[in-house]
Amino acid sequence: MYGRKVKLRFFFIFLIAVTLSLTIFLILKSLEENVVYFKSPSEIKTLSEMQQKKIRIGGMVKNDSISIVNKELSFVITDFKSEINVVYSGLIPNLFEEGKGVVAEGFLKDENFFSATKILAKHDENYMPPEVKAALEEK
Amino acid sequence: MSSLIGYYSLIFGVGVSILVIFFSIKNFNDTQKLDTKVISLVFLQLLFVIISFSGLILSFVNSDFSNETVFNHSHTTKPLFYKISGTWGNHEGSLLLWLLVLTLFIFVFLLRSKNQPKQYKILTLLFQQIIIVGFFIFLIQTSNPFNHIFPVPKEGLGLNPILQDPALAIHPPILYLGYVGTSIIFSSALAAVCSNNITKIWASHIKKWVLVSWIFLTLGILLGSIWAYYELGWGGFWFWDPVENVSLMPWFALTTLLHCVLVLEKKLILTSWVVVLSIATFTLSMCGTFLVRSGILNSVHTFANDPERGLYILIFLFILIFLSFFIFLIFHKSENNSSKTFYLLSKETSILVNNWFMMYFLSVVLIGTIYPIFLEVISSQKISVGPPFFNKLILPFLIPFMLAMAIGPKLKWIKSDIEDKIYLILFFVISLILSVLIIRNLDINFLYNTILITAAFYLFFITLRDFFQRKYRNLSQITAHFSFSILILSILFNNIFSSEVITNLKINETYQAQSLKINFESIQQENKQNFKAIRGKFIVEDKSGLIEIMQPELRIYNQPNIVTSEADIKTNIFTDKFMTMNYVQNQDYFNIRYQVKPFMIWIWISTILLCFSGCLSLIRRKYEN
Repeated sequence: MYGRKVKLRFFFIFLIAVTLSLTIFLILKSLEENVVYFKSPSEIKTLSEMQQKKIRIGGMVKNDSISIVNKELSFVITDFKSEINVVYSGLIPNLFEEGKGVVAEGFLKDENFFSATKILAKHDENYMPPEVKAALEEK
Repeated sequence: MSSLIGYYSLIFGVGVSILVIFFSIKNFNDTQKLDTKVISLVFLQLLFVIISFSGLILSFVNSDFSNETVFNHSHTTKPLFYKISGTWGNHEGSLLLWLLVLTLFIFVFLLRSKNQPKQYKILTLLFQQIIIVGFFIFLIQTSNPFNHIFPVPKEGLGLNPILQDPALAIHPPILYLGYVGTSIIFSSALAAVCSNNITKIWASHIKKWVLVSWIFLTLGILLGSIWAYYELGWGGFWFWDPVENVSLMPWFALTTLLHCVLVLEKKLILTSWVVVLSIATFTLSMCGTFLVRSGILNSVHTFANDPERGLYILIFLFILIFLSFFIFLIFHKSENNSSKTFYLLSKETSILVNNWFMMYFLSVVLIGTIYPIFLEVISSQKISVGPPFFNKLILPFLIPFMLAMAIGPKLKWIKSDIEDKIYLILFFVISLILSVLIIRNLDINFLYNTILITAAFYLFFITLRDFFQRKYRNLSQITAHFSFSILILSILFNNIFSSEVITNLKINETYQAQSLKINFESIQQENKQNFKAIRGKFIVEDKSGLIEIMQPELRIYNQPNIVTSEADIKTNIFTDKFMTMNYVQNQDYFNIRYQVKPFMIWIWISTILLCFSGCLSLIRRKYEN
């Protein structure tokens, strides 16, 4: 028979293995459910099917596109190849300006309309989403 | 001039490093005592770094724009306080601060560890010097704070206005004291492994350093959180932003380590685990620096995206990790635990339970933070992991965690029974009833929230009773657990009872809802030293007819030209009223956000209390010795 010490050690290793695998399973499962994908307007146009999940769209706010109608903000996000119309009501960050980078989080209505639930505040006046930067450089 | 002195001091600093390494290796085997020459040299090194750092501060104060760092981050119209804090408000300066704290800590360490074996002290010094030399080279090679520009510009580019804030001015130094404090734990753990010095004496000696780092790290995170609350205008205190997570990870590791060292100090078990944790804590701190500084995470902390810098830190990090694990595997002798057995109901087990949960929280945060980066590298898909992920994975596990926190400290070392069971059950029933009463009429998941709040209340009551009963036997522990329960309670209530209104208003317009009326009365302008303030005046009337005048502000800074909003916060002990005003381009509208956030101040108070409990533990050590 095994001694008490060995048994205890086996017990510990078993316990650790079980918790570890449970943990990893749990984390990966919730990751799957809670991940938000980031797309550019051009990528939206190439989507084969409409997604029901929450996504983020990043690009530049098109010039002269900001307006407020019925207390609801609407504007256009562009990556200089494609555009998408966004409607939004909620907190508007200070650095949200025409000609500046923006990231909107929300749901796609169709390939031209996006209903945002959040606009992300960027801290830095020089910040530009990497996708927009790439798009600008291609131009 | 001051830049030049600063630069040469840095070079001399590296020189001294080489001398320190040389003399300490020579000193390793020859005499019994630690050579005073080595201590003097370490002091000299500290002095050089201080001179260098003062040089940079002086350049900032004098607005010496021939210095590239000053040019990029300062401006003549900036108030003096922010000129000084601008020194560490940028990449180069903050790394110099890292270095300063590194050298300061090793010097204090040598002074404070007179009773430790000589070889152990020398090894600690050597490991710390490896880190110090690494940072010296990093600083001089890739991010020299004293680069010269010619022709000398007349005016600087200015500091990002949202960094011009008292809380954020002291946030980096405090946080760094915590971050860099872990380097001493790392070096000394490796040294203790090499010189086979893992004893109870070592444990109580290293515990002080763990405590000091932990207190500063907690305080640093708190300051950052307070700043985000009132300056970013997001109206919360924690956003599970990658940059925040990166500071939380070493905190989890450090808290685990703190509990483990207690076991080590009393029973000399778990030695390998303590060493692994020490290595992990510092590695996580370095990882944090790497992620934040390399520009992988986009945030206010990302000053310049220079791939070379990221690569350097990454290589340095890998060298340190490999070195430490190599040393660990070669030198570490597995503990001789013939006479030590674990009992299911003992303080050791309860601390192990704490460890398990802590490691679980740590891995959740780690994966949630790293996974998006990882995925982008392998599949170029861009994703973000938001608060729901963390809330879902962390909150439910707080329930058993808090129950263990309440009962664990009551257990004795080695083997014990639970004392006064009646009270334990009584308190549980009281907590349960209280939570049911609170949750009953609310439109949220009843069962889940009730259990969560019950657990928090339970911890609250149990620790409160301990406080009055135990005759201060372990005051610091009780205080720590007590403040944690207040923290969780206030976070939960804050989440459940918060309400907010977001709307767009013109001047003289009124927002009307069933429970609230907001009247936008007027705006006025005011010119300040380096910004123009637009202050709105709002009259908020809640359903009980209580009137509050809120005056949020927009600040238009001249250099750099940037708009920030200053929230108006009315605080009392029960609730915070919070209003921000943002302007919408080309429209007459202002975007208004009004929030009522209960128990906000208790989140800050409980965290301060948590730091205080750490201080208590430090003081207690002193008079016991």
